Amino acid sequence: MKRLLIANRGEIAVRIIRAANDLGIETVAVVSEADRSATHALLADQVVPIGPAPATKSYLVADAILAAAKETGADAVHPGYGFLSERASFAAAVADAGLTFVGPEASVIEQMGDKVRARQVAQAAGVPTVPGTPGGVSDVAEAVAAAGEIGYPIMLKAAAGGGGRGIRVVADEAELKVAFPQASGEAASAFGDGQMYLERFVRAARHVEVQVLGDGSETVHVFERECSLQRRRQKVVEEAPSPGIDERIRAEMTSAAVRLCKEVGYRSAGTCEFLVDDDTGEFFFIEMNTRIQVEHPVTELITGIDLVAEQLRIAAGEPLRFKQSDVTKRGHAIEFRVCAEDPDRNFLPGPGKIGDVRLPGGPWVRTDTWLAPGSQVPPFYDSLVAKVVVWGDDRPTALRRANRALSELVVEGVPTTTTLLIELLGQQWFADGAFTTGTLEEWLVRRAEASA
Amino acid sequence: MSRLEVVSPIPGVFYRKPDPDSPDFVKPGQQVAADDTVGLVEVMKSFYPVPAGAAGTVVEFAADAEAVVDAGQPLVVLEVDA
Repeated sequence: MKRLLIANRGEIAVRIIRAANDLGIETVAVVSEADRSATHALLADQVVPIGPAPATKSYLVADAILAAAKETGADAVHPGYGFLSERASFAAAVADAGLTFVGPEASVIEQMGDKVRARQVAQAAGVPTVPGTPGGVSDVAEAVAAAGEIGYPIMLKAAAGGGGRGIRVVADEAELKVAFPQASGEAASAFGDGQMYLERFVRAARHVEVQVLGDGSETVHVFERECSLQRRRQKVVEEAPSPGIDERIRAEMTSAAVRLCKEVGYRSAGTCEFLVDDDTGEFFFIEMNTRIQVEHPVTELITGIDLVAEQLRIAAGEPLRFKQSDVTKRGHAIEFRVCAEDPDRNFLPGPGKIGDVRLPGGPWVRTDTWLAPGSQVPPFYDSLVAKVVVWGDDRPTALRRANRALSELVVEGVPTTTTLLIELLGQQWFADGAFTTGTLEEWLVRRAEASA
Repeated sequence: MSRLEVVSPIPGVFYRKPDPDSPDFVKPGQQVAADDTVGLVEVMKSFYPVPAGAAGTVVEFAADAEAVVDAGQPLVVLEVDA
């Protein structure tokens, strides 16, 4: 691999360019009209304009990106996260053009991107999935029998439905006997099909994911991350190791992730996502992300492994450079996503021109960003402007350092979520690690009510 | 009768329809109520519905479909009910 095209923008494009530079690989940035003077364009060896500002006309146009690769003589393409990163057709088109795709094969992206197929792969590898019926159930007796095996509470979903519509939670058999005919009748009139799926309802769930690296034959895990706090399914805070699982669950979950990746001969960096039932301690595989993730730095800080560099080495055909026993973790790392949104105006995004910028520094503080004084936050892409990541000997030390680092951060010209992140650090429940995926939203509601 | 320009509350991309396969929210000549949605503005991957703001009749669109718009830029022109 001599010249890498980065099919992305923002902080992840900057991150990939830096990893490539460290490995002596030349870089090609692609830019939309809104990004001509963006940081990724300034840092890359070559820059190719690929279209107008909206992503659908630039960063999502596979043909324009492949033409840029051809024009610049790039021999590899890194998709970053978002945009085309998990589009199997793009991975296939890159390979068909004779270039190296930095990620798994198109067939693996397709397989793991389909939730039903990914679940089948997990089951074949002996990895637990959320207990549920394999197909639709059409009568009450059958539903009661299935629910008895799955365990209450049960979630009822229309087999033909989608988008989370018509989901009901039932607590016990008596409720199921009343709810099933109603829900099934509604599904029949809405979708023309009265069949229902039954699934275990996890009341208090933690979202824990295992980072893996595979070279197609060997797979190692690089420990787990907990997506600690989320808002509207967008992650706000992530940390490693997870404060919500014990060593037994850690050992079982990481080895489950490795088994799953071996099952598909996984080649690249990837992440197996699990739901952990905070009531029972059980964990269930939900899905796999076949790309580098936003929150990868927390894993890098506790293991000392550069995940993007390893991704590039694997894509270039090198075997994994370490065995499982070589991978060790130390201390605790936390990442805070700073977004150009106003937390006091219901997270209204605030694009605009950046004034002064002062980034946090000091020992064991890392800020991944494209921000620079005078740069523009365009309205066309996501609102992430910086990731402040800190490391400490233990979680309390990391939390104190996070408070210090976020307090140093100054971004003028646009609203940011920085003050809210600092406020979160002052909450006892956060310090105690006493949260699930729903905690942040509940806290935001209480906070809004208190200030009304 | 008076004219009202419905303006974008934020900078972003203006959409006339809820999704690519649906018809436009409104057509010229159509009656609207004050809280009817006349379009969407996408800013940083969030979609904000733009309400008509007054009851009346749609005269014309003032911005192209999928145009990049600024805050305060007219999107739709209404003839407001007296």
